[in-house]
Amino acid sequence: MKRRTFLRVSTFALAAGALAARAQEVHDIAPLVDAITHGASAEEGGIDIGLPAIAENGNSVPLTLEVPSPMTEADHVREIHVIAERNPRPAVATFHLGPWSGRARVATRMRLAGTQKVTVVAVLSGERFRIARKEVAVESAACLDEGSLR
Amino acid sequence: MMLGRVQVPPSVERGAVFEVRVIVQHPMETGFRRDYDGKVIPLNIVDRLACTYAGREVFRVELGSGIAANPYFVFPVVATRSGELAIEWSDDRGQAGRVSATVNVA
Repeated sequence: MKRRTFLRVSTFALAAGALAARAQEVHDIAPLVDAITHGASAEEGGIDIGLPAIAENGNSVPLTLEVPSPMTEADHVREIHVIAERNPRPAVATFHLGPWSGRARVATRMRLAGTQKVTVVAVLSGERFRIARKEVAVESAACLDEGSLR
Repeated sequence: MMLGRVQVPPSVERGAVFEVRVIVQHPMETGFRRDYDGKVIPLNIVDRLACTYAGREVFRVELGSGIAANPYFVFPVVATRSGELAIEWSDDRGQAGRVSATVNVA
């Protein structure tokens, strides 16, 4: 093997290895969704997901969720589940609400381990379900900064 | 005892929806980080936070490691009567915290 070829190949191998080590795998979140809906189908949409299109820092990404609902005893949102398919643990949070909430709107700050689709599943009274997704581009991912004690 | 802070409006009308803001001081260790000696920093997150008001639980969240350090939540509650609104939480090490605020219903 020529020295030049060797250098080229080894540089590629190193770069690929480094990329593989940094990239978080995308999980199949279907089992998580099924566990929430018990296999029932969920209506697409009907959830406003407030997430930036581009997040500079994956360690803290502002998230707001709103499910339009009258929030009455007969018709209300019971649970909102947040799933991040590319996080090492995709189940991010489950919010429990009820008629006493008045409206279904919550806000928090989440971690994102890389560019990915965030899935939100809402459980409504009467065993009804809604599902929505939002893509977020993450410039600096969370969870990968091993060795730092920041 | 862990530090936390809760904020409610100074006064609310009966039947109106008001927002509760709560922040808890906690590192939310994912269990994936290592310290400078290469040792894994064990998983330790606040896994549960609940709010009680007017004699009932009005909000609860189960957290995973995907919630950012120093967990912050905003959630709505219907004002029914004046009284204490309390937030309680606990982490994987069994440490718990509690903060409260007074709701004034006009």
